[in-house]
Formats: sequence, structure tokens, C-alpha cells
Amino acid sequence: MNKTVKRGYIVNGLTAVLAYAAFCVLAATLGQEGGFKLIIAPGIWQCCYLILLAASLNLVLGFMGQLSLGHCGFMAIGAYTAALMSLAFERAGVYDEKSGAAFLAVLFLCIISAGLLAAAFGVLVGIPALRLKGDYLAIITLGFGLIIVNVINNLPFAGQNGLAEGSAAASLYATGLGFGSSDRVAYLWAGVGVTALCVTLMFMFVRSKYGRAVRAIRDDEIAAAASGINTGYYKVLTFAFSAFFAGVAGALYACCNASLSTVSFSFTNGSILNSTFVVVMVVLGGMGSLTGSVVSAVVMFLLNYQIANGAWVDALPGFIQGAFTYPMLVYAVVLIVIIMFRPKGIFGAYEFSLLRTPGELARRLRGLGRGKRANKGGKEAAAQ
Amino acid sequence: MLKIEDLHVSYGAVRAIKGISLEVDDGELVSLIGANGAGKTTTLHTISGLVPASSGSITLDGKDLRKTPPEKIIGLGLAHVPEGRHVFARMSVEENLAMGAYIVRDKAKIKRQLDMVYAHFPRLAERSRQLAGTLSGGEQQMLAMGRALMTEPKMLLLDEPSMGLSPILVKEIFSIIRELHDAGITILLVEQNAKMALAISDRAYVLETGLISMSGPAQELLHDDKVRRAYLGA
Repeated sequence: MNKTVKRGYIVNGLTAVLAYAAFCVLAATLGQEGGFKLIIAPGIWQCCYLILLAASLNLVLGFMGQLSLGHCGFMAIGAYTAALMSLAFERAGVYDEKSGAAFLAVLFLCIISAGLLAAAFGVLVGIPALRLKGDYLAIITLGFGLIIVNVINNLPFAGQNGLAEGSAAASLYATGLGFGSSDRVAYLWAGVGVTALCVTLMFMFVRSKYGRAVRAIRDDEIAAAASGINTGYYKVLTFAFSAFFAGVAGALYACCNASLSTVSFSFTNGSILNSTFVVVMVVLGGMGSLTGSVVSAVVMFLLNYQIANGAWVDALPGFIQGAFTYPMLVYAVVLIVIIMFRPKGIFGAYEFSLLRTPGELARRLRGLGRGKRANKGGKEAAAQ
Repeated sequence: MLKIEDLHVSYGAVRAIKGISLEVDDGELVSLIGANGAGKTTTLHTISGLVPASSGSITLDGKDLRKTPPEKIIGLGLAHVPEGRHVFARMSVEENLAMGAYIVRDKAKIKRQLDMVYAHFPRLAERSRQLAGTLSGGEQQMLAMGRALMTEPKMLLLDEPSMGLSPILVKEIFSIIRELHDAGITILLVEQNAKMALAISDRAYVLETGLISMSGPAQELLHDDKVRRAYLGA
């Protein structure tokens, strides 16, 4: 590791830790206040799993250049793994209320297991990816997403109507991981912490020798193989790694929802959780930029929230309001607009770094100022 | 150094290589010439393990290459420059070269090889920060060759290095190949531009629809009537 890279890790890492600590303190002070508890905290939870979903798909789509349309399948695996495990622990009497060290241990165990099981399925999906590319791989992964939903629907202990009414016979909300609104505030530190840690791990992955190999495979597979890169190994590894974080996203989803149902993960689902929606997030942020995925996940969350709850929507003419009842229509328009006007996404392949970004931003602002002044001069000259 | 005996390769039912034997000795520059579809590229792909052979043997210094996976073959000192300028388009020139040294752990060696590549290809040094996808065709070919040199290979497989280049660049590329040969690297060169290839090679093999039809010292083949008629347009 060279010196600048090391310094970057130290500066950015320390800042992230400080920001995280500040956030935890802030969340604790705002505590159980109405607006924070009912609107902001659930929103942050939702952002957390959307960020993880987008960033993890970016590993496959942006860095490895393979289109995967079944990402929510991995998320579903993670969500059900975490939910069922927590219920099992609760039944076994490991914890009875959602507090204390035992519950915390169960919480993190559930999150990690969710990731690991999803990663195991990632390996299974990664193996056909060795032989297939582009459209063909997209179809395979699309099929995987559909199959997973059907398999979960037919599991005796999960059931078609979700955990609440399945033979598990207990609402996730009451006894398992599912947090109520006050728990969502109390465990906000865990959700945000897990997300930050996962994004950091992904960032380190793409910056490492492994990440460079994956980008080499994206650019030219034959040249990568000729350079001594085991392309098959890296493809499966990336799929598994990506699936792991999607699984963690699923676990966070299970945490902040009252009940689980496969409807939320199905391909035809019109809401925010849908494999095509995740693709839109990645493309909007920039394929090959984790910074972009994080930002676009938040942007898309806000957009989704505004479409569903914004007061301005009521002021729109009727037919547009009608379209807004089908949010996917709006996302399709967003996707078309990005592809037309900024095909590389908001950030392209740019990554935020405290070492570079402030300086570059300052330079750009100065350039902008100069540009304006020059324009003004031009106008004055024209007026004379 | 490299020895191929009775090699057969098939793509499904199509027999691309129907039993060829060839040898490249230490420090030699040997070229493999032939028309389109003769099996030249297939031969190179089989040597470096990108295409499996159906029978026959390929050995490098006595080691069986058919039993070595492609990512390990480069570690044995055999580097392959594939046909058609395969570069990592969205990486800089220097990152491309670093990828070439992917299997090298010794940092001092990477630095040494980088200097060596820049010495052979001064144009790459000038453009070390530029994205590889924005280089000209000739520069991309140079980059592909430079990348292969990063592991300090004993032997280089070059596949159609002159393809699609202007006559001036073809000359430049061939003079670099000559330089590399003079520096002691063993080279197996596949070319359609038979005249140029024969002019710089020690020996050559002529491949015709999967079989070797002729072989011998390059100078002899250059003046052979059959070769001249078929490949040199004379």
C-alpha cells in the first residue's frame, strides 16, 4: 500500500468514525421525539438497506460489468434468514425482550448469517456466470429472483402470506427482529453502523488488488486471463461478495419492518423494492462509483417518499398524479433521462475522498466563478 | 524451450488443428504464417491454455502446459499477447502495465520491468496517465506487448501484432519485436504479413488448414517459390 492510499484510509476512516459517533449522539438526544421517531428514523433505516442494495449490485454491474436482474432475490434470502433465526432464538428462550446483551448478540448473528447464506446462493448464481454474459446472464439472474420468491412462498415455515400468517404463527413484529417505532430509534446506531461498515468493506474491496482484477475482467476478459488473472474465480468471488451485502440489506429490511412477505421482493412489485429499481439506483449514481450508489440510494428514497407523501403531488394535474400511483413509471422516466443526458450516471466512476474532493470542489467553484465573470464581461462588452 | 507434438484441437465437430508439431529453441524468433482460418490463433490459444487441446502434447522446458491452468502458465515465463489489441480500456496506461505484473509480488522487479517497458516503448511513457481506450491502434498494440513483458517472460507469443496498423507503425512494431529478440526473449510470432515476419525471423512454419505444410529457415522460405506465390504475392 503506498503512502497516499494509506493516508486516505486514515483520514477518511477517522472522519467516518467521528461522523458516526456524532450521529449516534444526535440520534440519542433527539430520541423518542415525534417527528424523528415516526418519520426520520424509519427513513434512515430504509436508506440503509437501499444503500447496501445499490452498492452491492454496483460491484457486479459497475465493477464487473455483468447485468444481474435478481438482486432482490439475495435480499429476500437475507431477510428470511434473519427473521426466521431471530424467531427461533426467541422460541428457544435466548432473549425475551428486545434489549440486553443476548438480544444484541442474536441481532448481529442474524445479520451475519443472512449475509453468509445469501453469499452461498451468490456462488450458485455465480457459477453459470462463468459461461454466460450480458443478456443471457440477465435472464438467468432474473429467473433466480423469481424462483427464490416461489421457493420461499412454498416453504412450510415461511408461507405465502408472509411470516405473520405462516405456520411460524407469530408476527415478526411481536417477537422476532421486527422493530417497532421506538426500537427503530433505539437500534438506529446498529443499522447505520452495519451499513457504514459494509460500504467501507466494499470500498476496500474495489480499491484492492482483487478489485483491480475485477475491473480488468470487465474491460477485457481475454487480456485479463492472459495477464494471469483467474477470471472464473474472481467472477464467482464478486457474485458471492455482492450477494453477501444484499443479504445484510435483507436482514436490515427485516429489522425495520413489522412483517415479511415475498410480495415485497417480487419482480412485478410496484414499490421501491424491486430488482429493476436497484438497477436504476446503480445507473443513476454511476456504474463503478460506490459514492454514486450511496447518494443515488438516498435520492431515490427521497423521490419515492415525495411521490408517495409529498404535498406538491396533490397540486399536479390529474393525469400526472395518476401516473404517480405507478411509481415504476416515474423511475422509468428517470432512467431514460439519465441514459439520454448523462449515460455515465451522476458520479461516473468518481469516488469521494477527503484528500481530493474538497480541493477539486474548490477548484471547480473558482472555475465557475471565473466563467461567470467572463460571461458578465462579455455581456457588458456586447451592451457597449 | 517450447515443444508441440502431434497437437489436435477441435471446436465441436470442426477440427481446427489436425496434428501439428513444432519447436522453438531458446532465444529463437520463430514465425507461424498462413492464410485466414489456417489455425494460427488457435495454436497460440491452445499453447496458453485458453482453448483446450483434444490430443497431443505441449511442453515448456519439459513442463506439461496442457495440465497447467491459463492463469498459472504466465508464471512459467510464457506471456501471450492476444490478437486485436486487448487492453483494459478504462484503466490508465500505467495501471494496464501494473495489471500485467499481476502475478509478480516483488515491487522492485515491477519497477524494473516498468522502466524496461518504457525504454522499449517511449510512447507509452509519454502517455502513462492516459486512459488506454483513448490510445491509437498502434499505441494499444504497444501497450498490449508492454503489458505482456511486465512478468519478465522467457517466451512471448505474439498474435498478429501488425493487424490493422499503418505501414509506418507496422515497421515500428516489427523493429521493436526485433529489439526484444536481440534482448534474448524467445518469440513465437503469428502473422499474416508473411514478408515482414520472415524478414526478421530465424525460422518459420507455414500453416495450411490445420496442418504444417512447410518449415525451415526464414530466409529459405522467403525465397521459396511456393511460399512467394501463396503468401508474398510475388
